[in-house]
Amino acid sequence: MAPSNDLLTMTPKGLFCEQGNFYVDPWRAVDHAVITHAHADHARWGSKKYLAADTSAEVLRIRMGEKADLRFQPLGQSQTINGVRVTFYPAGHILGSAQVKIEKAGYSIVVSGDYKRNSDPTCQPFEPVRCNTFITESTFGLPIYRWPDPQTVFDGINQWWKSNQGSGKTSILLAYSLGKAQRLLSGIDASIGPIYTHGAVEKLNAGYREAGVALPETTFVGEVDPKEIDWSQSLVVAPPSAVGGPWAKKFGKLSVAMASGWMQIRGTRRRRSMDAGFILSDHVDWADLMQTIHETEAENIWVTHGYSDVVVRYLREQGFNAKVVETEFTGEQLEGDTEPAS
Amino acid sequence: MRDFCELYWRLDSTTKTTEKVLALEAYFHQAAPKDSIWAVYFLTGSRIKRLVKTGLLRQWATEEAGLSQWLFEECYDRVGDLAETISLVLPPKQSSLAEGEPSLQSLIENQLMPLREMEEEGLRQSVVKLWQQFDQRERFVLGKLMMGGFRVGVSKRLVIRALAKHTGIDAATITHRLMGHWEPTAEFYEELVDPDENETAISKPYPFFLANPLKDEPASLGEVSDWVAEWKWDGIRAQVIRREGQTFIWSRGEDLVTDQFPEVESAASELPDGTVLDGEILGWDETEGRPLAFNQLQRRLGRKKLGKKLLTEVPVVLLAFDLIEHAGEDIRELPLADRQTRLHEVLEGLPSAAIQEPPKVLTESNRDWNSLATVRESSKAMRAEGLMLKRADSKYQVGRPVGDWWKWKVDPYTIDAVLIYAQRGHGRRANLYSDYTFAVWKEEGLVPFAKAYSGLTDAEMRKVDKFVRKNTNEKFGPVRSVTPELVFELAFENIQRSTRHKSGVAVRFPRISRWRHDKKPADADRLETIVAMLEED
Ligand SMILES: [Zn+2]
Ligand SMILES: [Zn+2]
Repeated sequence: MAPSNDLLTMTPKGLFCEQGNFYVDPWRAVDHAVITHAHADHARWGSKKYLAADTSAEVLRIRMGEKADLRFQPLGQSQTINGVRVTFYPAGHILGSAQVKIEKAGYSIVVSGDYKRNSDPTCQPFEPVRCNTFITESTFGLPIYRWPDPQTVFDGINQWWKSNQGSGKTSILLAYSLGKAQRLLSGIDASIGPIYTHGAVEKLNAGYREAGVALPETTFVGEVDPKEIDWSQSLVVAPPSAVGGPWAKKFGKLSVAMASGWMQIRGTRRRRSMDAGFILSDHVDWADLMQTIHETEAENIWVTHGYSDVVVRYLREQGFNAKVVETEFTGEQLEGDTEPAS
Repeated sequence: MRDFCELYWRLDSTTKTTEKVLALEAYFHQAAPKDSIWAVYFLTGSRIKRLVKTGLLRQWATEEAGLSQWLFEECYDRVGDLAETISLVLPPKQSSLAEGEPSLQSLIENQLMPLREMEEEGLRQSVVKLWQQFDQRERFVLGKLMMGGFRVGVSKRLVIRALAKHTGIDAATITHRLMGHWEPTAEFYEELVDPDENETAISKPYPFFLANPLKDEPASLGEVSDWVAEWKWDGIRAQVIRREGQTFIWSRGEDLVTDQFPEVESAASELPDGTVLDGEILGWDETEGRPLAFNQLQRRLGRKKLGKKLLTEVPVVLLAFDLIEHAGEDIRELPLADRQTRLHEVLEGLPSAAIQEPPKVLTESNRDWNSLATVRESSKAMRAEGLMLKRADSKYQVGRPVGDWWKWKVDPYTIDAVLIYAQRGHGRRANLYSDYTFAVWKEEGLVPFAKAYSGLTDAEMRKVDKFVRKNTNEKFGPVRSVTPELVFELAFENIQRSTRHKSGVAVRFPRISRWRHDKKPADADRLETIVAMLEED
């Protein structure tokens, strides 16, 4: 199995396919970058040319700016780059997120990027792809992570919003501006009250709408006179970095909640001093991670960002040929867009 | 159980005292008395002892979850709380097994209590069945019921406040009714919240009246003649109750300690029925007419059996300084001077010296504050910590109200604090948990206040180490958080304001001056007390 050793290798700039002369989600500027999805730790500025799934076109454009040289390829279709076949498959993580399959001479590697298996109407569902080597994330790779049914989570959010209305508090829901925010907007009951958004969220809402994803009506907070709004009836969706600063002052009495996989742990909720924490993640939980690994039927499992050591040790006990691949991906972050998960 | 879980998570999701009180009130409003009383029981810090060994729960959960030991450990490391880790790794709730929704009382009395009598095999089956009936959040609360350590930011004071608001009965009465030992029954709850209930259980002590540290010059208290000066003793504050031919001795931590002080118990048998004395229990040096050193008294504490030798070497006395029940009547509303006159009459005829009036602070020195200050300087010779200043017309109040009772200590820089974190030491102590972080009360929670490494004997350190290992709640790297249970007296050189410390104050050279076996976490000092010391400078 000679090709397996050199089809994709880890270099200081990221995962490199020498035969195809391209990188996958590189963290330094390169000539040719293949991108799994538009999150900042996977799609970085500065490379000369980018290739991504066409479903990510709208959001990737917003994230990378007008000047970036972006090319798109439909999901499920292949192109051959310097003799290496490259195909995108949906990853179910956020709008446009894709797994990248790289094949040559009958050997295949799938880079998962970030992915989840739970239902999410804002993006194409994950498809398991058979391969020889599966490179998986492990953001929530511990058995303590088990996601509740998303509908029960949304019921909880709706209830929280209504009870805040009753006690005259503005509902501030914190979520990542790309992906989680739109998933929340599409899942909540918009008939409860008006919905406002932070600028970072509203910018990406536009991309989602352009891509044909149905979202309820939202108003950018910056567009209205704060004194004229009865904030206590509204829901404000904002990135985690927004609270604590002066931005949140105008809303009066608040109830602050966060939607994230990290909210599964009581200590995390308490340290962030949230009024409520909702367990909603765009990554796989432990059971889905294991099921996916089985479904790929891969003989080699490379594990990246998250609990890679734990997952590798566990997989080896189960008889897999598994190893840790050190990357600079950060997974779903706790503190905002720039700090690593802890 | 569902309502109680909801209460738990409501309390957990807020740090605001008013919201916690509202949540408690709402619970007491809708819950049945038989459930309410168990909620009171747990939230005021009691736990069911010796239910199931923590190690077994951990092992069974690991096996039920199908995990290797190491993987469970990884999970525990991440979560930091054992009850929570168990609740998360177990397979999801099996609704088909849930036999309806048990009430809190039924869960505890019909499902938890019987566990104590079970052999290991049946025990495991029962525990697993319990786990299967509940979802993750309920399991977490169940785990806390079984293992203790609620830590949901609710103190006894707060529960009392909520009960008082809920019933319209004043907090002092509720406090009194919750004193001492009681059984968590519906009947007791009915008595607790009965607006007309006057009967006193014969063993029931009164809430202690506690003094505040004096931060201003004593002259600020006004006329010296309005005040009674007493020695501030360094022993165990206690109430001795004589009712219906029985004697009960309660420590301030609401422990019944009658058996530990047979001398006092037998002296008390000569007291008339319907007598409650407040005083200090001390090791006593008859020839010197002053207490033995505190470490002598400590030899007598917490023992199952008291040998003859110890009883001879460390005889104890109760120095009674107040009378709060006389001839079966609650006399807390009388002025201190009147209570002490009656106290004198009651003690005068007592044949045994094991209960006596304390040595007096010389009366002529009571003429002005300066001479009183001179007397205070001689406290060490009296083996006292300083003076108590009590307003002569003060009623016997509940808790620590400001204004009528002051402690005027010689060395003001000592406080009682609760051990909350421990870390392994260095060098010779590398295998012992010997570096400690202590906390004091701020509102309803404990805030870290000082770290201390020294001051305990090796034997004491080994005891603390054992305690830490058995009572770890969370691990953060090398640091373990422990169930707040042990109280220590800390001494320090100086105190300053600090923005870097959560408590807002920083102390210099903190050291452990002694282990207060006689105190419970609730007796530890409050942050306000320390801040008051700061203002003294
Ligand atoms: Zn991502
Ligand atoms: Zn990622």
